[in-house]
Amino acid sequence: MLIECKNVRLAYENHIVADNLSFSVNKGDYLCIIGENGSGKTTLMKALLGLKTVEAGSISHGEGLRQNEIGYLPQQTGIQKDFPASVWEVVLSGRINRLGFKPFYSSKDRKIAEENMARLNITNIKDKCYRELSGGQQQRVLLARALCATQKLLLLDEPVAGLDLLATEEMYHIIYDLNRQNGITVIMITHDVDRAVRDATHILHLHKKDVFFGEKSHYLECDTCRQFNQNEAESGHGCCKKGGCHCNG
Amino acid sequence: MVAVKKEGAIVMGEYFTLIIQIFQLPFMIRALIVGVLISLCASLLGVSLVLKRYSMIGDGLSHVGFGALALAAAFNVTPLYVAIPVVILTAFLLLRVNESGKLKGDAAVAMISASALAIGVLIVSVSETNVDLNSYLFGSIYAISNQDMYLSICLSVAVILLYLVFYNKMFAVVFDENFARATGAKATAYNMVMACLTAVTVVVGMRLVGSLLISSLIIFPALTSMRICKTFKKVIISSSAVGIVCIVVGIISSFLLDVPASACIVLINLTAYIIFTVIGFIKEKYSKEA
Ligand SMILES: Nc1ncnc2c1ncn2[C@@H]1O[C@H](COP(=O)(O)OP(=O)(O)OP(=O)(O)O)[C@@H](O)[C@H]1O
Ligand SMILES: [Mg+2]
Repeated sequence: MLIECKNVRLAYENHIVADNLSFSVNKGDYLCIIGENGSGKTTLMKALLGLKTVEAGSISHGEGLRQNEIGYLPQQTGIQKDFPASVWEVVLSGRINRLGFKPFYSSKDRKIAEENMARLNITNIKDKCYRELSGGQQQRVLLARALCATQKLLLLDEPVAGLDLLATEEMYHIIYDLNRQNGITVIMITHDVDRAVRDATHILHLHKKDVFFGEKSHYLECDTCRQFNQNEAESGHGCCKKGGCHCNG
Repeated sequence: MVAVKKEGAIVMGEYFTLIIQIFQLPFMIRALIVGVLISLCASLLGVSLVLKRYSMIGDGLSHVGFGALALAAAFNVTPLYVAIPVVILTAFLLLRVNESGKLKGDAAVAMISASALAIGVLIVSVSETNVDLNSYLFGSIYAISNQDMYLSICLSVAVILLYLVFYNKMFAVVFDENFARATGAKATAYNMVMACLTAVTVVVGMRLVGSLLISSLIIFPALTSMRICKTFKKVIISSSAVGIVCIVVGIISSFLLDVPASACIVLINLTAYIIFTVIGFIKEKYSKEA
């Protein structure tokens, strides 16, 4: 087990975002986290990364997973609009977790950074200033940086937000390949439920007090689960009360 | 006509001999050495501080440094022995306050710096010691002793070496602290290293430019360079150069014009900022048309 969450409660001050959340991620899994806006997906991802402390319960890393083997694409970054940095500098900074006590990047680090830039089609804007790129271009740069950092586990918070159709398709393809061919465990937040269902092995659906966690096939079997998305606005109760699927509500 | 020309020539000649003389005056040499080293450290650190929105920290630290110097003078202890630890502690404190988010960072800095300044002024006025308030507040190129010079050489070499060693990590942490943390970087440790180096730079630089204006050495070169440069590396290199040129010109002209060095240095920095802004503006216009 790579990551195990037990009865996790996430909260901002007095406002509880999610409660009694239990699930686990194994090596090679492709977990998609879905749920409406404000359901706590980003908060959960931050907790998984150790950027946010859990209010109750525990999150543990297994199988010798170390923090510096994780790649991360944030949803919104604290990066300021006027930060002077070239695309190259940003992508290369993804290798920071490989530096250890070395002060400078090795030629291997540079090579990996270059490969990832080629993968995301941003080699031609290598020397451009990050702040002068379009939103989609910036997203690709941050993705390349995330890929540079990834050794075992990749966490993506809405990776295709702001990408055009072609880039979206390419992006999903890259993530899929990383997962199936390179054996990298992926945890991805997305609003694209169809796609999540197509590529993922597991689904975590956050919905107010109800939570679905299970394999993709179970999610598909459970009709009401799928209706989550359509009915979310109307009902406070999801499928989980009705039993029959692997929901822990 | 001829006479005027001759007079002009004499004036020019006089300036040249004066400038040559400057490099023979021991206190000027000391001031220039310390000035160059301090402004190098300050502008290196300034880039990170400005980009992290920590510009105010330099200001706060310098005021606390003033309080500590006054305290040291009152008790007749070597000033730096008191000031350096006190200012480093304050830097850590400000960092913590900023991270916990309980108190707004800038408000906390303003509060601490005003209080420290007030305490310093009180101590100076109550204690019978013959402290020159002016030299603490505005610095003095005459105040640099040999001991100050050796200390500042050691400290700035340390700052520069540490900066080089941590350069890449510093960039990652400044650019996106959450990412750095999430992928296993000890962001808190690097922030502390940065705060510590800033504290040391502020204290040593205070002797030269005074506590009221030392923060300008930190923020001006970075802001100036950011008008033109678009990569982190270029900003770093450019601000080191800008910082050094401005302080050398500032010290020499303050000597020639017989005005306080700190004021000269700040105004020259401001001039550099305006020049860079204009160049940046022209460059942008030109690249748009091209
Ligand atoms: N920094 C914060 N301080 C206080 N409350 C917050 C903070 N960030 C998020 N919240 C609250 O926590 C809840 C979950 O937010 P979160 O960002 O995790 O949602 P999300 O599922 O990622 O939504 P989206 O789909 O819009 O990205 C929201 O109700 C939000 O108001
Ligand atoms: Mg989110």
